[in-house]
Amino acid sequence: MRLLSHDHPGHWLLAALLAALLLALAFAPFLLPGTKALAVAARILIFIVLAASYDLLLGYTGIVSFAQTSFFGLGAYGVAIALSGGGGWLALILGAAAGIAVSVALALAMALLSLRVRAIFFSMITLALARFTQVLASEWRGLTGGEDGLTFSVPRLIAPGFHPFVAPVLGLRISGPVIAYYLIFAVTLASFLVLLRIVNSPFGRVLQAIRENPFRAEALGYQTIFHRALASALAAGFAALAGAMMAMQLRYTNPDTTLSFSLMIDILLMVVIGGMGTLYGAAIGATVMVLAQYYLQPGLAALAAAARGIVLAPALLDPGRWLLWLGLIFVLVVTFFPAGIAGSLRARANASARPPIA
Amino acid sequence: MAEAMPLLELAGVHTHIGRYHILHGVDLAVPEGRVSVLLGRNGAGKTTSLRTIIGLWRASHGAIRFAGAEITGHATPDIARLGIAYVPENMGVFTTLTVAENFRLADWRGDPQPARLDAVMAAFPVLAQKWQARAGTLSGGQKQMLAIGRAIATEHRLLIIDEPSKGLAPVMVAQLTEALASLKRARTTILLVEQNFAMAQALGDHVAVMEDGRIVYRGEMAALAADIALQTRLLGLSLASHQ
Amino acid sequence: MTPISRQSRDPLPYLVLPALMALALAAMKFSAWLTLTVAGLAVGCMLFLAAIGLTLIFGLMDVLNFAHGGFVTLGAFIAVAVLTALPIAGGGVAAALGVVALALAAAAAAGGGLGLVFERLLIRRVAGAPLRQILVTVGGGIILQQVMIVLFGAEPLALPRPEALRGGFIIAGAALERYRLMVCLLGLLVYAATHLALNRTRLGLLIRASVENREMVEALGFRAERLFRLVFAAGTALAALGGVVWALYAGMVTADLGADIIILIFIVVIIGGLGSVSGCFLAALLLGLANNYVGFLAPKLALGTDIALMLAVLLWRPRGLLPMDGA
Repeated sequence: MRLLSHDHPGHWLLAALLAALLLALAFAPFLLPGTKALAVAARILIFIVLAASYDLLLGYTGIVSFAQTSFFGLGAYGVAIALSGGGGWLALILGAAAGIAVSVALALAMALLSLRVRAIFFSMITLALARFTQVLASEWRGLTGGEDGLTFSVPRLIAPGFHPFVAPVLGLRISGPVIAYYLIFAVTLASFLVLLRIVNSPFGRVLQAIRENPFRAEALGYQTIFHRALASALAAGFAALAGAMMAMQLRYTNPDTTLSFSLMIDILLMVVIGGMGTLYGAAIGATVMVLAQYYLQPGLAALAAAARGIVLAPALLDPGRWLLWLGLIFVLVVTFFPAGIAGSLRARANASARPPIA
Repeated sequence: MAEAMPLLELAGVHTHIGRYHILHGVDLAVPEGRVSVLLGRNGAGKTTSLRTIIGLWRASHGAIRFAGAEITGHATPDIARLGIAYVPENMGVFTTLTVAENFRLADWRGDPQPARLDAVMAAFPVLAQKWQARAGTLSGGQKQMLAIGRAIATEHRLLIIDEPSKGLAPVMVAQLTEALASLKRARTTILLVEQNFAMAQALGDHVAVMEDGRIVYRGEMAALAADIALQTRLLGLSLASHQ
Repeated sequence: MTPISRQSRDPLPYLVLPALMALALAAMKFSAWLTLTVAGLAVGCMLFLAAIGLTLIFGLMDVLNFAHGGFVTLGAFIAVAVLTALPIAGGGVAAALGVVALALAAAAAAGGGLGLVFERLLIRRVAGAPLRQILVTVGGGIILQQVMIVLFGAEPLALPRPEALRGGFIIAGAALERYRLMVCLLGLLVYAATHLALNRTRLGLLIRASVENREMVEALGFRAERLFRLVFAAGTALAALGGVVWALYAGMVTADLGADIIILIFIVVIIGGLGSVSGCFLAALLLGLANNYVGFLAPKLALGTDIALMLAVLLWRPRGLLPMDGA
């Protein structure tokens, strides 16, 4: 429980879901062999970090930013640019570190700007920044490879062709990608626990106080700007870390996979569906969304084929209209189910734990 | 004949604001054609009572009746359209509009009648001088005159005024008291919240005193004005010393 | 707070525009400058048309509608639909203007109608929760865009401008396009109409009063909620209007139009000052001109012009050039 910073899931079902998720991710390469399953599991891990970092902003601090992809992209491009020139672990680590550092600096600069402008401006400015980084990555071909992005090779230990053992271990032939997976797993687990520690620290509680009532928090003597800036910087840093892992895992980076607006929508959905302000919700939401993308989205094509002949139905069910359904789900969740999965389960647990009021 | 049915009646009204329980069962009757004054210390629930009547807060329990009809939980515009004018504590003057423009919005049915405006200008001549000035440039007293003038620029059955004397210079208070006194002579029904006891005494027929979200005293203004000990007990020394 | 349309007493923000124009004139030949200036003003007017609704809605309702771009796209597609249905090959100026006016009317009706539905289904349900309100408009914008792809397809649709609105004339060696001048005229017209409506009509007074003190407006017997709905519909109708003009300018429409333009719209309302009509007009012209000048002088810098301009203005005036609280 110390590990969880005494932040218990709250509801038995939530605890069970999380335990199952942890076990499944820990043994994914053995449970579900195959390149695609490994890629899906790694993507879940990376998006857990990304969604959790965003939850720190949206859920805990009440800041609506659309620039989380920019930081994710900076981390990814940091690694990609560093590894494009060859080089091994040192380049990987330096690239990731540079991506994180630039992200944190940029987040701090934006927080300083937000000192001067209204909160509502901030959301709009982040949207402009997100678009700007996306266009920059597409246009600055010399550095980023433009729309095509960068393809590079990773250190031998985590490269596809690497097989440290001749014999299979527990029925699985250990390869570079499996090692990369466990590296990502370790970093994700550590990041998540650190984030859990952060939100349950006095700092995290101040963030929530600011979210509930910024004026009151200010009156109590908290430096709201300082806390918001620090939260933004942390969120940016972890997002960049996730981006670095993404680049390492995919071995390529392009604007579409790291900077697109639909990616931002994915992150928003993960946090909102999972439950804002719970962190556990971000983990659940990231898992649900990634699984849906890999296994439900192709299902739409089958549905579209089946619905041929019905007016508009094939067009509505076209896999390209995936965003339409995400948008609908998003609006429905925000409107009718704002606590998300984790928040609702927790509320239920709290309601039954509290003695009835006389 | 027994007491006629009051124009406005609150029965056991409770109001919550967020987590706070402000009104704990307010019973109040405002008879037609008289001036009723609501007194009480800061935080007793006077403003909350007025805001609950006009529908800006919602009563969680109890009933509010106006002219025989239940208005509990109705929307503010619907309550106002029954003929209730409300002058809030902050006066509710539109500071970015001119005085003339403020008066154009006095009546939801359309521009107010010129004859009626003339009467208001007669009561508050300074408003005529400032006719084209932005209301934000008026002094506190002038704003209060604008607020009350706007409220009486059209026919209303009940005038609710929240602390008109607040923050005004004594000379302004006197002028305002005189204007309200002429309304009283015209048998206008008024519900007045006032901390200035002299003003309350000059205008009030009936009085009710609030404490902790309840009415703790009700009676004739004259009786309370005559009983210094009662005033001290109900309102504290600071208010009684206004005399 | 103070009125949506109140002019700031401070003359400095108004000098930015002529200063920028003078600066550009110093850097290029007069004929090029004239062409670029007219084109820039036209772009500015289109931006103004697209942005004014957003700033009005925010000023009155405190709702920042992230789906605003979707209504611009809607207007653009309506323009395609109307001009395709009524081809006026070789018709005169009157016929061309008639068809364009019809497209504008149809777009405004569709934008306003859909705005009412949008307000009813999305905005009202999360009233009083700003964070959820932002999220819901983001989601609504995605739905709007995707539905338009379903209805109109994902491929770009060509929208040839009516013959009579093509071409232009040469003055002092500068090429001035007919359509651009028309856009400038329309922008000025809408600006003047909005300004007059807010300052001269009873409805406008009511809107300004509601911006300042909604409770008091209701205590006077006015149904502020209906007013809000009306303004929301007017705002989305104006967005659709902007979409028509934009589509005719670009000659091509895709469902991404709104998403592309919303950034510029946001920059315009931020620079102008959220809720300010005059600020919106000034900022739109500024952005249009700056974009054109920089695009001509240093094309490589065009990418960052908008954002640089926004940051510069915000550092100078954190609440925009002509913020509505006039301070």
